[in-house]
Amino acid sequence: MDLEYSSEYEDFRNELRNFLEENKHLSPGAIARPPTNREGSEDGPNPAQRWQQLLIEHGYAARTIPKEYGGCGEAPDPLKTHIIAEEFAKARVRPGHSGDNRLVPTVLELGTEEQKRWLVPPSIRGEMSWCQGYSEPGSGSDLASLSTRAEVDGDDFVINGQKIWTSGAQHADMMFCLVRTEPDAPKHQGISYLVFSMDTPGIEVRPLVTMTGDATFNEVFFTDARVPKNQIIGKRGEGWFVANNTLKHEREGLGDPHQAENRFREIEELMRNETVDGDPIMDNPTHRDRLLQLQGRMLAMKYNGMRVLTSQRKHEEPGLPRWIIKLQGCELNHQMAAMAIDALGELGTLYHRSDHMRAGGMWQQRFMMDLGLIIGGGTAQIQKNMIGERALGLPKEPKVEVKPT
Amino acid sequence: MDFALSEEQQFLQQTVNELLQDQCSLDIVRQDAAENETKNQALYGSLTELGIPGTLISEDYGGVGLRLLDAALIAESLGGSVATVPYIGSSVLAPLAIQLAGSDEQKDSWLPKLASGEITCGVALGEHIGARDNTPITSEGSKVSGRAMFALDVQDADVFLVATVDDELHLVEANDAELNRLFTIDKTRSVGELTFDHAPSDSLESSIDSTSTLAKVVDAGRVVVAADTLGAAQSMLAKAVDYAGERQQFNRVIGSFQAVKHMCAEMAAELEPCRSLVWYAAHAYDAIPEDARITACHAKAHLAEVGRFVARKSTEVHGGMGFTDLLGLHYWFKRIELNRQLLGTPEFVRNEAAKVQGWI
Ligand SMILES: Cc1cc2nc3c(=O)[nH]c(=O)nc-3n(C[C@H](O)[C@H](O)[C@H](O)COP(=O)(O)OP(=O)(O)OC[C@H]3O[C@@H](n4cnc5c(N)ncnc54)[C@H](O)[C@@H]3O)c2cc1C
Repeated sequence: MDLEYSSEYEDFRNELRNFLEENKHLSPGAIARPPTNREGSEDGPNPAQRWQQLLIEHGYAARTIPKEYGGCGEAPDPLKTHIIAEEFAKARVRPGHSGDNRLVPTVLELGTEEQKRWLVPPSIRGEMSWCQGYSEPGSGSDLASLSTRAEVDGDDFVINGQKIWTSGAQHADMMFCLVRTEPDAPKHQGISYLVFSMDTPGIEVRPLVTMTGDATFNEVFFTDARVPKNQIIGKRGEGWFVANNTLKHEREGLGDPHQAENRFREIEELMRNETVDGDPIMDNPTHRDRLLQLQGRMLAMKYNGMRVLTSQRKHEEPGLPRWIIKLQGCELNHQMAAMAIDALGELGTLYHRSDHMRAGGMWQQRFMMDLGLIIGGGTAQIQKNMIGERALGLPKEPKVEVKPT
Repeated sequence: MDFALSEEQQFLQQTVNELLQDQCSLDIVRQDAAENETKNQALYGSLTELGIPGTLISEDYGGVGLRLLDAALIAESLGGSVATVPYIGSSVLAPLAIQLAGSDEQKDSWLPKLASGEITCGVALGEHIGARDNTPITSEGSKVSGRAMFALDVQDADVFLVATVDDELHLVEANDAELNRLFTIDKTRSVGELTFDHAPSDSLESSIDSTSTLAKVVDAGRVVVAADTLGAAQSMLAKAVDYAGERQQFNRVIGSFQAVKHMCAEMAAELEPCRSLVWYAAHAYDAIPEDARITACHAKAHLAEVGRFVARKSTEVHGGMGFTDLLGLHYWFKRIELNRQLLGTPEFVRNEAAKVQGWI
C-alpha cells in the first residue's frame, strides 16, 4: 500500500495542471459528445476538433493509439490515464477522446491494416463520429437474437431491417452495426460486424424522443442499404465475438468514479447554498444523513477504482471489483441525482425555462438520464446475471425451449 | 501508486486464516458460545505465538510494530471466523492509547505484557462515545468512580482502560473494579458493565492532550470494527454462494434461479467496494492524516449498513436452514449486528463525519 505517486507521475500531473490552467479557455463547452464534421464548418476544424488536436499534441488524448494512426503512440500506462481523467474532472474541463471508446479499440485489435488507416485517424481527430447499431425492437438484452439481415450481392452486403435506441444516430457520420449474415447458423454464430457511412442510401433515421423530452436516440431503418463487403470487421459469422469486445469497452466507461466524486461535490454545494424556510438544506439532519450515506458509497467506489487501477498496472485481472462498476456506479449516480432533486423540492421539478430553475435544470435531466444508463449498456438485471455467473460462478439458468407465441 | 496489499500482508492474512481454519471451527465456536467463553485459551495461545496481540505495539516494547492496515487484516480474518478471542479492545484500542498518551514508565510496565499476551485489557470508552445507562466516570487524584457500560474484551481481563467524563484515560487493575458481564446476541465476544468505587488508577498522561488521543484511538477502533464486519460479511456471502450452488429445489440448483442469483450478486456488488474503503481508511490512519477521521467514520458506518444487508440476505438464501441454530449462520449475523452498535452507530458516526467536514 503506497498511495504516493513517484516523481515521474507527479511531474506528469503538474505539467497537466499547468497545461489546463493555460489552455482551458480554449476548451469548448460541456457538450456530451464531440460535434461531428456535419456540424463543423467547411473552413477547417471546429473548436472541439481544435481542442482535441491540442490534447493529442500534448499527449492528453488518444495517448496509446499508435502514431501511424494519428495517436500519440505512448505505451499504455493506466496510471497516467487515471491522472488525466482525474485532473480534467477536477478542473471541470472537457476531456479529449479516443475517437470512440467502443469502436476504435475494436478496430485496432481486430481490423485490417487498411481499415485501421481508414477509420482510426479521422475518428480520433473528431472528424468521423460513430453510433452503435446493436439493439433492435425484438433484441435488447437478448442481443444475439437480432434479425436485421445482410445478404451478399456481388461485392456488397445488402442490409434490411431495423435498429432502435441508437444514441446519436442523427448526428453520427458512421455506424458500427451487427447484422445477421448466416441465417441458418446457431444464433451466436450467424452475426457479422459491419461499419458504414450514415449517408449510405437506404438508411433512414427517425428520432425517438426519450423521457427527458429530447431525442437523444433514434430508430434506424434499412431498406436495401448496400455496404461494400470489405467493410466487415473480423470474419463473417464472427461478429458476436467482435461485438463482445466493444461491449467490454463500453461497460468500463459507464459508472466512472471520477464523475461520481464531482457530482457529489456539486450536491454538497447545493445543499449548503439552497435554503428551505430560510435554513440551508444542509442543516436538516435527515437530508444530511442521506448525503453522508451517499458519500460513504461514493468513497467506497472511488477506492474500488484505485484497486482496479492497481490490478491493471500489474497486468492482473481485477475480477469482482471490475464486474460491479457498471451496476454500482450507475446506481450511485442515479441516487445522487435523486438526492439533488429532493434537496431542491418543487424547484427540482421545474422543466421549462424559468428564473427559478437551478443549474439550468441539470439535475432534472440527470435524474432521468441516469435511469436510462441503468438500462442502457446492459440492464442492472443483466449485470447481476453476469456478476452471479461469471464472477461468483453460480450456474446459468437451464435452457428451455420455448416455442415463439 | 499501489493500492494493494503487500506480499507480507497477504502472507500475514493467509497465516492467520490457516490457523483459524484449524483452531476456530464452527464446532469450537459453538462450544465456546455454550460456555460463554470468549477467550479460547488454545486459540489465543496460538495467535499469541504469531505475535497477534502485539501487532500494533512497537518493537521497543516487544511487539511487532505493524500498522493499522495489518491490524485490520487480522480483524477481518477474526470476523470471518467469528473467533472467540479478545482483539479490538485489548490488542487495538488499549495498546494505541498507551502508546499515544502513556509515559515511558507506563509504556514499560504495560506494553510488553500486552504484546506477549501475558495480560489482556478490557476497554470502556462509553463515556466518550455512546454512553448508555452510565453513571458518570469521574476521577479524583488517582482514583476513579462511576459505572461504564459495554466495556469490550472484559472476560479474564487483567486491567481495564476507562475513559472519564473529562475524556481522560485511566488504567485500573481488574481487582480494583467490579465486573458484571453482559450477555449480548453475539456470544463470540465479551462485553461488560464496570463499576469503580474510588478505584486506584494509573492515568495516562503525556504531552498529548487526551481528547485528541481518545478521538484518534476511536478512529482506529472504528476501522478495525469495520474490518471485522467485512470479514464476517464476506464469510456469509461465501456461504450463501456455496449453498446456492448445492441446494436443489424444483429439480434445479437454487443458484440458477435469478431471485437467488441476484441476491448473491447484490451482496457481492455491495460488499466488494467496502474492502477498498476499509483498506483506505486503515492506510489513511497512518499515512494520510487529513483523510483519517472522515474515512474511519465512513468505513464504520458503511460497513454497518452493508454488513446488515449481507447478513440478512445470506440468511434468506439459506431458507429455513439459515434460521436454524444447526447451521450456525447466526453467529456471523450477530457479530455483524454487535459491530454495528460498537463505537458509535452509523447515524452517530455519520453525524461526526458531517462535523469533520464543517457541515454543521
Ligand atoms: C439511454 C440509452 C441509450 C442506448 N443507446 C444504445 C445505442 O447507442 N445502441 C444500441 O444498440 N442500443 C442502445 N440502447 C439499448 C440498450 O442496450 C437496451 O435498451 C438494453 O440492452 C435493454 O434491452 P431492451 O430495451 O430490449 O430491454 P429488455 O431486454 O426487453 O428488458 C426488459 C426488462 O427485462 C429484463 N430482462 C431481460 N432479459 C433478462 C434476463 N435474462 N434476466 C433478467 N432480466 C431480464 C431487463 O433487465 C429489463 O428489466 C440504449 C438504451 C438506453 C436506455
